[in-house]
Formats: sequence, structure tokens, C-alpha cells
Amino acid sequence: MESPTALVSLIIGLPLLGFLVNGILGLRSESFRAKKSFIGVFASLCVFIPFLASLYLFISFAAGSDALIATLFQWIEVGSLNVDIAYRIDELSLIMALVVTGVGSLIHVYSIGYMAHDPSYWRFFAYLNLFIFAMLNLVLGNNLLLLFLGWEGVGLCSYLLIGFWYSDMAKSDAAKKAFLYNRVGDFAFLIAMFMIFDVVGSLDFDTILGGLELFTGDQIFWVGLLLLIGATGKSAQFPLFVWLPDAMAGPTSVSALIHAATMVTSGIYLITRMSPMFVMSPEVMLFIAVLGGLTAIIAATVAITQNDIKGVLAYSTVSQLGFMFLAMGSGAFTAALFHVITHAFFKACLFLGSGSVIHTMEHAKHKLHDAGKDVDFDPQDIRNMGGLKKYMPSTYKTFLIATITIAGIPPLAGFFSKDEILMHAVNMGMGEVASALYFILWGVAVITAFLTAFYMFRLTFTTFHGSFKLPELFPEAKGAETYLHESPKTMTIPLWTLAVLSIVGGFIGLPNFVAKTFMGPGGDINWLAHWLSPIASDITLTLSIPVEWGLMIFSILVAVGGAYTAYRMYGHNQQVESDEKLSNTFGGFYDVWKEKYGLDELYEGVVVHPIVKFSDKVLAVFDMKVVDGFVNAVAGFVRLAGSLLRYIQTGIASSYALYFVLGVILILSMLLF
Amino acid sequence: MELLLNLIIYLPLLSIVGVLLVKSDEAVKWVSFLATSLTFLLSVPIMLNFDIANSAIPQFVTEGSPILAGMDIKYLVGLDGLSLLLFMLTTLMGPIVILSSWTSVKKSPKGYFSMLLLLQTASLGAFAALDLIVFYVFFELSLIPMYFLIGIWGGANRIPATIKFFIYTLVGSLIMLVALIYLGFHAGAASGVFNFTADWRFISSPEYTIGLVEQTYMFLAFALAFCIKVPLFPFHTWLPYAHTEAPTAGSVVLAAIMLKLGTYGLLRVTMPIFPNAFMEFAPWIAVLAVIGIIYGALVAMVQKDVKKLVAYSSVSHLGFVVLGIFAFNDIAVQGAIIQMVNHGLSTGALFLIVGMIYDRRHTRMISDFGGIAKSVPVLAVFFLITTLASIGLPGLNGFIGEFFILLGSFNSDLYGNTTYAVIAALGVILAAVYMLWMYQRVMFGPLVTDDNKNMLDLNAREIGLLVPLVFFMIWIGIRPVDFTQYSEGWVENFLTESENKSISVLENSSFDDMPEWTAKIYGLTDQTKESQIVLKD
Repeated sequence: MESPTALVSLIIGLPLLGFLVNGILGLRSESFRAKKSFIGVFASLCVFIPFLASLYLFISFAAGSDALIATLFQWIEVGSLNVDIAYRIDELSLIMALVVTGVGSLIHVYSIGYMAHDPSYWRFFAYLNLFIFAMLNLVLGNNLLLLFLGWEGVGLCSYLLIGFWYSDMAKSDAAKKAFLYNRVGDFAFLIAMFMIFDVVGSLDFDTILGGLELFTGDQIFWVGLLLLIGATGKSAQFPLFVWLPDAMAGPTSVSALIHAATMVTSGIYLITRMSPMFVMSPEVMLFIAVLGGLTAIIAATVAITQNDIKGVLAYSTVSQLGFMFLAMGSGAFTAALFHVITHAFFKACLFLGSGSVIHTMEHAKHKLHDAGKDVDFDPQDIRNMGGLKKYMPSTYKTFLIATITIAGIPPLAGFFSKDEILMHAVNMGMGEVASALYFILWGVAVITAFLTAFYMFRLTFTTFHGSFKLPELFPEAKGAETYLHESPKTMTIPLWTLAVLSIVGGFIGLPNFVAKTFMGPGGDINWLAHWLSPIASDITLTLSIPVEWGLMIFSILVAVGGAYTAYRMYGHNQQVESDEKLSNTFGGFYDVWKEKYGLDELYEGVVVHPIVKFSDKVLAVFDMKVVDGFVNAVAGFVRLAGSLLRYIQTGIASSYALYFVLGVILILSMLLF
Repeated sequence: MELLLNLIIYLPLLSIVGVLLVKSDEAVKWVSFLATSLTFLLSVPIMLNFDIANSAIPQFVTEGSPILAGMDIKYLVGLDGLSLLLFMLTTLMGPIVILSSWTSVKKSPKGYFSMLLLLQTASLGAFAALDLIVFYVFFELSLIPMYFLIGIWGGANRIPATIKFFIYTLVGSLIMLVALIYLGFHAGAASGVFNFTADWRFISSPEYTIGLVEQTYMFLAFALAFCIKVPLFPFHTWLPYAHTEAPTAGSVVLAAIMLKLGTYGLLRVTMPIFPNAFMEFAPWIAVLAVIGIIYGALVAMVQKDVKKLVAYSSVSHLGFVVLGIFAFNDIAVQGAIIQMVNHGLSTGALFLIVGMIYDRRHTRMISDFGGIAKSVPVLAVFFLITTLASIGLPGLNGFIGEFFILLGSFNSDLYGNTTYAVIAALGVILAAVYMLWMYQRVMFGPLVTDDNKNMLDLNAREIGLLVPLVFFMIWIGIRPVDFTQYSEGWVENFLTESENKSISVLENSSFDDMPEWTAKIYGLTDQTKESQIVLKD
């Protein structure tokens, strides 16, 4: 295939064009802002056409062939640093581009309905297009610096979209928080780039990965660790994940696109892209796995205590991202990417479903308000819901499908990707490095998988099953159920598409041991592993077929167990009592979970507050009193000296003559002696 | 072209005559605007005709004859790779600054616009000067209009602020003058032709070297003057005062152009002329630069006045420039040069925007605002883009400069230590903290007070003066090559020449009759001459 410069320009350029058109015209022209259908359709096309173009590239790309590089123009040339605006078409970037533009298109269409009543409709679509543009730079960029441009760009869009309703200070706080926590990671990313450039003199992926032998073991370790820290920020891993739950302040379609399906998986993309380097450092791999495991369990335990529909999904996302990191740390980059893909389907579906629910709850709230009944309730609190399946069947069915998927029940997509991750953890447990730790991590992952099934079914049951609680909790809200309705087609069609993908998406990565059992050792049905093998430096799975079967059956039991527990506790309309039961059973632990481990307060108290206070009370004062005080003291000394010296200026001619004579004597004596 | 260059430099000065002749205030503004616009338009062919391949050599040179017999002090102007971009930045800012003052100046506009025009000529002259005495004259000349701009058209506490600014920078300059006179005689003696020479082309050339003792004294004198001008921590305290009291146009020129005279001087004078001292003191000055980056950011973070916040952010940003200059390698120095331009664009734009907000609300206190993104959406967009440029978002100009500087410093042989770059990179996090926090408190949140609700959005004039700045922020962000190419040859040439010169100075120094402290500073104790030279390599 020839160099795909034209197609790549189209893929990258259209979302940028969409941003510029909607952004500039929307800012300048009142009448343009009113053309909502044009804005929404145009923005969606600016993502859908790139999707088609990516699909075309994907179909025509032969697995295993060299990456196609499309160089648009030279970006930087300074000293020995040479960086191009160049894009890379290979197995990994194609998959990512398809996910970004594919899920992106669906969410654009969904937003046409979801944001229909927002006065800043144009601004929303402009930002959304800008996000797609940045994300495509991130996944298609041929060098680390262009990746970084996308990396920061998606961070900016995330900032703009979380704070989309900026009149609410809490929302703009959440936006700022997201940006700043990401900056901490970006700082490490920058240093990693400096180190890499120092060693190989380039930031191009081919040069870096082709020059790995130039790195010393220490350098590999540090670069790996720094890139990991970078990924920790963007992909919301412990200890930097606290921004992600707050990021739910943005419109729900943003949560689905940016904070579930695409941007937060950038860290996984980065590490997978650099996987040949990471596998060279078992220490860093272990770090990745431990961070992933910790993140998974921490977020899952918080998720079981949350009552905000988006809050549960947010912590669930953090937890699932932890799973992906655990996969990478176990040398299963393909499995991590597999989970990125399936997660993009089912989590986007869940978020969009929650958006549909919130949409109708808010509608009910407005209608009650219009009817003169001012009921103050939180439209996102699941305790106010219940029984919604009757009113919104499509939302319910798709939400249920996605819940089964994320719980890991076969043969839906999430099962295969999650199972592969668990197996790789065990595989590392059999290995030579830190095997005990990897076994523990497998255990952690199993518990997390149980919790995942539990909290997701808890969410589904309390939201959709039982009776509608709102009128029960608020007597004035009687009759609110008449306002509940299914969402428009622009919202349900994306939901159904994602639900179908959640069902069938797993078939791209079927476990090979199943094939081997029936077809002998040559059995190979894992298309994804095959496809990604030129890029992902996976550590080979060496488990025997019976062990793999055993593990698989075990993980099915765990998932079903979690779902069943949730059914027992929440399946019969018993929301609030069950939460109490949970809290009584776990006592202090429950409070810690409910309070999200107090991490926000910890950072606020230990880092943010002291620095601000120190700067305000010490540095700013020091600057005025000491640094400037010294300057003033010097000036004061000069003035003092001047005021003393002026007594010499007597104005009496005879005394000047005396000074003159004294001066002559002084000079003469200096010359003579 | 030579004539054109002179015309560009003096056109603003000449147009003062026009300003004084016309009657109405309106005409004063138009004369000033047309003169500065013409200056800018005329400077474009200069840039287009600049020979990039020979950027190390001054071009479009006008050389007068010495004004005193035996003293090689002469009118000498021209542009090379170091000065070209800053010269262009100055001509670009000219009309923008005039436009920014269109409606805000009530008190004697004639005087005000004359001062801005004089300032323009002084700045252009300082960047174009190739005779160090001429440079000094323009350098000092720029102080006078700024003194009046702050002193007459400034805020409530303008008098102490302007005195502090004037005396502080003047003290530095006078110390520099002493060193300059010494340098002139020293170089004159070395030339064998004159008693005194201030021709930069000769002084910076490989033929002329200075012994270690004299280099040290002169370097310190020049560096002090320039570091006050930059301003480098801890010489920065005049800046927040001057900025808070200066009228908008004064702040813009001060930040965008005048501070650059300091960093420009460090590269123009100290590096090629005193290379040994430059290299020896580099790590120490870099320490101050890094402290300034972090310190400036932290102090900026807690400011309650937007303008003061931007002023402290300059301390932080210029810390990056100084760090890049003393890292002494091509990536870092190129980064420092482009970052001077970047800072001029983005901080200039920030001061303009703060001025626009002030014009509307007559306050700059962050706490007086909130939610105004709703009432002034266009201003909000420009403010956001500028903020993002300032915090180094890739795709905009600020990132390019910071990235080059940090990358170069990380690998700097002079620093020999990655710690400088790593700590400085923390400044990138902090920049996001103070800028976004400020932006949030001003722009976001509920729109409460009537004053804020009734704020008018930008008018065509204001949009018109911000658009070119944003245009260049984006251009430099995505095509820095178009700009860095101008300084590339200059940087490569003078890095090599300075290094060679430093080696030849060491080779030709007699260590026996060197004062002990010099030997100590340059690390020559108990070492043979040869091994030192090898080390320097």
C-alpha cells in the first residue's frame, strides 16, 4: 500500500475542521448557534468519515507488514532534535483509531439528543471534535512528542468539557483538578522524554524501540518508571486517580467518551506502544501490576458504597483501568488492549444508559417544577430511582447487557478479556520474578471481579427493578412516574449499537486453549493476539490446558457469585436496608470506602494546603520584606551616606580650598610612595 | 536595505514631530498608529531578505565613522540571527501597543503617545546596535520614556514604583558602564589600531581574548546589569511594583520588549566576550534561575491582583530563559531565544487582556470577578488561548520554548546534572496551577454582581490587536522551524567560538601570576594547565 498521506490528513483534519467551523462561527454568530441540527450532524460527520477512512485503512493493511508513515510536515528542527508531524499506521494505531472514531461517532450522535436543550450546544460539539482531533494525534503520532501533543490536547478538552457548565464552581473545580493531576503525570512524561532523547537522540518510535540496546538497565528502569507515572495520571491509577470520579461533573456523553472509552486508556496505549522497553525491566512490570491491582481493588470497594449512578460507573472505570494495568504488568499487553476495546463498548454503553436515566429523571424534575411542586432531589441518586425498566425498556435492556458484560459472564465480551488478564496473572505467579506477589495480585483481581459483578448488579437492580422510589420518598413527587419516558432515537440507537458490540466484541480475542482442546496444539482462534503480535511484547502464557479450563470455570463462578449476591441483597426492592446491612457487616471498612479512603483530604491537607499557605504567608511576605527590604536597605544606606556627606558641602570657599590641598597631598603621597 | 533598517529604527522617533504638530487627540492617535504600522510593514522585507545561511554575520550593516579621533566609537547598526526575531517582535508590538491605548488615555495623549514612540525607537535601536556604546545609549534611552509612562500615566502608587524601577535598573546600568569603558580600552589596546573600541564584531571575534581576572570582573558587572533587567531572582522586586502601577501599554512594552534586553544582553555580550566566566558561573546563575522559576510561580499563585500575578509569572518564565542561556548548548540556547519571543507574545497578550478587563471594571482584584466568561465570551476565548500558551500547552508557542530549554538543560555539559532541568520542570506544573486557578476565579463560577453581568465583550479594535498575537502563538507552536531557523546559525557559530575562545584563554593564561581566587574559581589549583584544558573540552 502506498503512503496514506491523503487519507491520514482526512482522518486528522476533519475533526479539526469541525472544531474550527463550529467553534468560530458559534462564537461569532447568533444565527449560527440556532442551527442546531447542522451543528450536530456536521460534527458527527467530522468523526464518522474519519471512522470510515480508518476502516478502509484497517481492511487494506496486511498484518505484520511495516508501519505506514504519513509525514505531513516538519515540526521541529533544533540542534540534533528533529521531529515531524508524522502519523503512523500500524496494527496498534489502527485499532485505537477505530475505537476512537467508532465509539466517538456513536457518542456524537447520542449527544445530538442528549444536549439538544443546552444553549451552548455549538460549544459542546466544537470541544468534542477538538477532543477527537487530539486523541487521534495521540494514537496515530509517530513520535513521543506528537503523542505528547495529543496527550496534553485531550487533557485540555477534558478540562473544557468537565467544566462545560462552568457557572457551577464545583464543576470548574473538578475540571481544574483533572488538569492539574494530569500535569503531575505529564511532568514525569517530560523527564522520560529527556532521558530517551539523551540516549538515542530521537523521539521517533522506530528509533527508540530499535535502539533499546543503547540503554543501560538503570536507564530502562527510570524511563519505564517515569512513563508509568505519566500513564498513572492520564489513566487514573493509584495514587493519582482521584480526579476521575470528580470528572463526572461533565455532561454524561463526555464521561462516556473521554472518561471511560478513550482518553483514560491513553496510558495503556502508551505502555503497550513501548512494551518492548517495559518487558526489559521486571521491576517496572511489577510496579505496573501492583499499581493496577491496588487501583482495581480500591476503586471497586468504593464503588459498592456509592449511590450516585455516575459515581458507581466512575469508580468502576478506575477499577477496570486497574485491571488493564495489572494485565500489562503481567506481560499481557494484548489482553490489556483487548480489555480497552471491550471496556470501550460496555462502559460507554453503561454511561450513555446512565445519561438516558439522568435525562428522564431531570425531565421529571422539571415537569414537577412546572407543575408547581418544587421537589429538591438529586436526579443522579439511585435511591430515588427503581422500576425504571417499565418506562425505558431500551435503556434497561442495553444497560443490563452491558452489566452482564462487565460482570464477566460468558459469552459476552467482558468475560474473555477479563479472563485473559486473570490467567496472565497466574502465569506470572508461576514465573521466576516475584511470583508470590503476582499470586496475591491474582487473588486481588478475583476479589475485584466478584465486587464488580456485585456493584454492577446492585446498580442495575436499584435503578431499574422494584418500585419507583421517588414518590415514596417525596410525597409531593406523587405522579412523577408519568413524566418518565424513553429517550429519543438518537440516544437509543447508539445504545443498541454499543450493546451489540458488547455481546460480540469478545470474539476478536477468543482464548486459544479452547481451540487447542478441540483442535490440537495448532489451534489458534485469538485474532487479536495474532494481529497485535508485531507490536505487543507479550510474555507467553505457559499454563497447561487443564489449568486454563479450571481458571476459566472458576472466574465464571466468581462472576455469577457476585451477581447472585447482588440479586439476594437488592433484587427484591430492598435498596436502603441492604446498604445498611453492608455498612453493619463491614463497619469501619465501610466508612473508609464510603469516604473514598480519604485520599482527597490527604492530598489537600498534606500537599495543596501547606504549599498554598507557605507561599502566601511565608514566600509572599519574604519577597516584600526580605528581598525587597534588602533593596530598600541598600537605598536607605546610600541616602543616609548622602545626608551625612552633604555637611561637607558647606558652601564656604575656604573649606573647599582646604579639601583641595588635602587631596593634592594625598595624591602626591600615593605617587611618591 | 541598510537605509530601510535605519528608517525603521527612527520612524517612530520622527513621527513624534507629527504627534506634536497635530491638534486633536484623535489625530495624535492616528499619527502614532500609522507610524508604528508603517514601521512594522517596512520591517517585513527586512525579515524576508535576511540571509539565513549567514545568520552569524550581521546584515544590513550601517557603519559610521568614529566620533572621536583614536576612539572607535561609532554609529553601528545591523541585524543578525540573535537580534532579528526580537527586532521583529518589537515592530509587531508597536501598533498593537498604540491600539491598546486608544480609549484609555485621557491625560495629555500627546505626551503619552510620544513616549510610546520614543520607547519604540529606543528598543529597536538597542536590538540593532552593534557598537556597545550605541547599545548602551539605546538601552538607557528606553528607561526615560518608561519612567514617564509609569510616573505620569500610572496608578495610584506610581511615584515610588517608578523611582524604584528607575534607580534599580540605573544602578545596574552604571556598573555596566564602568565595565564597558574598561572593556573598550582593553579591546582598543588589543586591536592595536585604536585606543578604545566598542565594535561588537571585533570584541566578540576569536582574535580578541581577555584574561581570566578581567573577564571575571567585567562578566560580573555586565551580568548584574542584565540580570536586574531580566529580572532574575533575587533582583526582581522592582518588577511587580512597576507592573502594577504602569498603564497597560507600559506593562506590555515592559514585559514583551524591555525585559528581553536583559536576556538579550546576556547572549549578545556575556557569552561571546567573557566565555570563561560565562561557563564558570553558569551553574550558579542557573541555580538562581531555577529558584526564580519555582519561587516566582509560588508567589504568583497567591497574588490577589491579576496584574501582579502576571508580573510574578514573568519572573518564573524568564527564569526558564536564563536557564536555557546558561545551559550553553544549541537546543537550550535556541529555546531561550524563541522563548524570549514567546514570552513577549503571551505575556504581552496577558497584560493587554488584563488591561481590557481593567478598562471595563476599574479593578484588577481577582475576588471582584467570577463567572464573566458568560458576559464576555470572546474575551474568555482569547484569555484562555493566552493562558494555555503561557502554561506551555503543546501546539502553542510556550511549549516549544520550554521544551527546548528543559531538554537542552537536561543534557547540558555545563550543568553536568539533570537536577536543574527536573526542578525547573516542576515549574510547568506550578504554571498550570496559578494560571488555571486565576482563570477559574475570574472567568468561571456564578455570575453575581451587576458590574460583572453588564461587562461588554471585546470590540473590533480589541479583537484586532489580539488576533495577530494569537496567530503567532499558534504559528510558533506548530511550525517553530520557521522561526528557529533564523537563530540557528548564530547559535551554532557562537557556541563553538565561545568554547574555542575559552580554551585559548586558558592556554594563554599564565597561572603563576594569577591571583589565588581566580585560580580557585576556575578550578586551576593543583592542576597542570594541560589537564585543565582537556577537562574544558
